[in-house]
Order: sequence, then structure tokens, then C-alpha cells
Amino acid sequence: MQPLTNRAKSVDRKPMTMWEKMYLPAIAKGMSITFGHMFKRKPTVNYPEKTRPFSPVFRGLHVLNRDEEGRERCTACGLCAVACPAEAITMEGAERLPGEENLYREEKYAAKYEINMLRCIFCGLCEEACPKDAIYLSETFAPANYTRKGFIYGKDSLLIPNPVTHPEEYAKAKGQHQ
Amino acid sequence: MHPLLLAMDWVFLIEKAVLILIIISVSLLIAMYETYAERKVAAFMQDRRGPNRAGPFGLLQPLADGMKLFMKEEIIPNSSSRFLFVLGPGLAMLTAMMTSAVVPWSSHFHLFGRDVDLQIADVNIGILYIFGVVSMGVYGIMIGGWASNNKFSLLAAIRGASQIISYELAMGLSIIALLMITGTLSLGQIVHQQMEGHYYVLLQPLGFLIFLICAFAECNRTPFDLSEAENELNFGYHQEYSSMKLGFYLFAEYINMFISSAVMSTLYFGGYDIPFVNDAALGASIGQNPLAALQFLSLFIKIAIFIFFFMWVRWTIPRFRYDQLMNLGWKVLIPLALINMVATGFIVLLKANHWHF
Repeated sequence: MQPLTNRAKSVDRKPMTMWEKMYLPAIAKGMSITFGHMFKRKPTVNYPEKTRPFSPVFRGLHVLNRDEEGRERCTACGLCAVACPAEAITMEGAERLPGEENLYREEKYAAKYEINMLRCIFCGLCEEACPKDAIYLSETFAPANYTRKGFIYGKDSLLIPNPVTHPEEYAKAKGQHQ
Repeated sequence: MHPLLLAMDWVFLIEKAVLILIIISVSLLIAMYETYAERKVAAFMQDRRGPNRAGPFGLLQPLADGMKLFMKEEIIPNSSSRFLFVLGPGLAMLTAMMTSAVVPWSSHFHLFGRDVDLQIADVNIGILYIFGVVSMGVYGIMIGGWASNNKFSLLAAIRGASQIISYELAMGLSIIALLMITGTLSLGQIVHQQMEGHYYVLLQPLGFLIFLICAFAECNRTPFDLSEAENELNFGYHQEYSSMKLGFYLFAEYINMFISSAVMSTLYFGGYDIPFVNDAALGASIGQNPLAALQFLSLFIKIAIFIFFFMWVRWTIPRFRYDQLMNLGWKVLIPLALINMVATGFIVLLKANHWHF
């Protein structure tokens, strides 16, 4: 029969020669191979200290953005929730009161904004749907948690730190999320 | 005071007790770091990093492992024979530690106006003592396997016992050839002879090779670790053991490795002799105490190289099949050792007769 590939090898059942029966040459050869491997570059990345670079289109956890003066951009228009194919986003809008102009950029804001990270498929459609540039996906990915409840991220964990009052944290978050 | 008590050399007793304490703690420490080294060597040979989380470079890993073993629940199986079950690991540990008594670790220190020998007992039958103690090591395995009342453990113990007994023969024969040259059984004198002449590995290369292979078998190290073959016998003779009793078995293996490296360096590689250096002349120029420290270091470097070799072989060669193991032991090593013995005897006699027949 014509073999499909030329990789097939017939099994060699010849009795071992004297040289092979001594084992030692073969063992020495094997040991030289293992010794050579001692000095090879290790492919392991020391994970928590070092991370592999993400691709520029990586989509991780969501971040709610602020503008330069530290005001929240989100107006609770609900376009992201509509765009979301996994129905992971819920929100409640509220009206800005007088004296809160330094907190919210427009007259309406999101009083409650929740993303269920277990439902989320990290497609980035919310980011594309947002007319106010308020939500985008960062480079951090979902950490482990003990309960399902822990995966529902509220505004406290989504909002980026205020660039006016907490510039260091903001810069850190900015650096992390490009 | 009783005159007998006065007659005893109390300083001598204290000196030896301190020495025993030091050597036991050093061998325990070495065994601890052997486990670390084993994992590092394995990792490096497999292009991995090995333990590096506990402390700098993972140096505290052995402590963490020991803590874990101590915290584990101690289980003694219902159907086991309780006394023997506890005796097994103790015996394994005991025999592993006892061998270090006759190994000369260095020449002597000159402390407090006394010459302190770094050898616990320079008995004139040192090698016989080592053989006696090493062959007792098989009881640790056998009792452990038997007392567990588990078929796999028993099978593993029988395998281990028959393996150790078979390889002890070849080991003994290879040593006889060495003893014909040395003419003494005292390890201290064997080292002295090598300091003045050649290392005995040059005179007995075949004997050394046989001794090395048998040492692997005696220590139950790969390729002869049939008694703990996980894939056939679960964990072998220590299947039923948990907590520190398991730790003792594993520890005994590493101490055995350390001691057999020490014995091999002593018998064939000049012991504490510093290679390529005339030790006596060096001692005259830098003093006795620094010399003894250097010699101690020299022995430990030799031991470390042997230990690395043990690990290197372990992570290279797969395990022998049982019939291959027995064939190698009885049909290859014993005849080779016999030939080596006869040839050595022939040459020794010929030399004694000034190369005339």
C-alpha cells in the first residue's frame, strides 16, 4: 500500500547490539541534552511582577470616564444598555441639583450604574455606542471573586479616580488603561 | 567521686557530643536544601523556573514544605500494625543518620589546646560499619511496607528490599577490589593514602562506576526507584503514610544521598583532600585551622557535585523495568565486579612480587 505520508517508521525489533546494551553511551548522550537545557532561556513570565503586553485592541474591564475637570461624563442615556448584546448593563438616571456642577458634566447623570461582569462578553459595543465618551474598556481583566454578587460592578469600582483631587491615582489608572 | 568517673576523659566526651550534634544538624540542613536543589535542578532542566515565591529565590521553600508536612493530619490506618508503622520511618531516618559517624569530614582543628578530629569515630572497620548500617536501611522500607497492611505497599517494599540486597552484592565486590589496594578498612587512613598518592578513582575506574550505580540503587533514586514507582504502585511503601512520617521517609532518602555522596568522595575522590594542592605545605603556611576549614569546604564541594549528579541523572533517565533491573544487577554488575576484583588482585600480587611471575 502506498503510504499517505513518509513519516511512518517500521518498528525495529532487532536485539540490542553490545554498544546499546552498555546503556552508558546512551545515558551520557541524554545527560548532555538535559545539561544543555539548564542554560536555555526560560519561557516563563514571572506573572504578578511582569505581565505580557496586551494587543492594542484588547478589551478588559470597563471604566467610567471623567472629563478634565473631574466631572462624570455619563448622562445615563441608556444607549450602552441598549447596545449590549448580553444585557449586562443597568442604570438609573437622576437630575443634577444646583451646586453639583463640579460633579456631573450635564444636567442628567447616572445615579446607579451596574455592569454584571459574569454576563458581559467584553465585545466593546457599549464603548462604540456611547455618544459622550463616558465608557471604555480597559486593559485589566476580571479578577476572581467568592460570590456572584461580587461580579456586579457598581459605580464605585467602575469610575476612574478624579484627576483634580486624586491626580496620582488618576494617572495610574490612565497608564493602566492606556 | 567514683574513680571510674574520674578516669573518663570528659572533655573528649563533650567534644564528641558537640561534633555529633553539629554533624546531625548539618546533614539535616543539607537534606532540607537538597529538596530545594532537586526542584530547582528539575526546573532548570525542563526550562522552568522552579520554586521562587518563598523568600529570595525561593530559599525558604524547604521551611514552608516542612511546616506544611507538620501541619498535616497524621493518619495511622486501622488495619496497620501500629508499633511497626511508627517504627518504619524512625528506622529509615536512624540508619540514614548513623552512617555519618565514620566519615572523616576534615583533618583536625586545633582548639583550646586540643586537636579536635572532625570524624566522630575513626574505627578501623569503617567500611564494614557503613555496609552494616546501609543494609539496615532496607528494614525501614520493609517494615513501612509491611506495617501499612496494603498490597501495593507490600509489593513495593519487597521490590525495594530485593533491589537493595541484589545491588549490595555488586557494591561489596567493587569495594573489595578497592580494599586490596588500600589494605585498610579505616576511612581516615584511606583518605591519608589518597592525599599522598593518587585518587583511587584513577586506580579503580570500573570499581567506581559499579559503586556509583549501586549507590543509586541503594538510595532508591531514579533509574532504580522501583519501590516508589507511582504509576504502578501508587506511592510505593510510603503510600499509607502522612504528615511528618512521610516527611521522614522522604528526608531519609535525601540524607542517604548526602551520605553516599560523602562516602564516594571519601573512597574514590580523596575525601577532604584539596585537589592539586599539597595540603601539608599549605597547612604549614596558613596554619592548621584555616587548612581544616578549607579541607571541609573541599569535601563539601565534592559532595555537592555528586548530589548534583544524582539529580541530573534523575531528571534524565526513565525508570528501569523490574526484569531489566535484576538483569543489570545480577548478570552485568556482579560479573563485572568479580572480574574487576580478580584483575585487581592479580595486579596487586604482581606488584608485591616486583612484577615477576
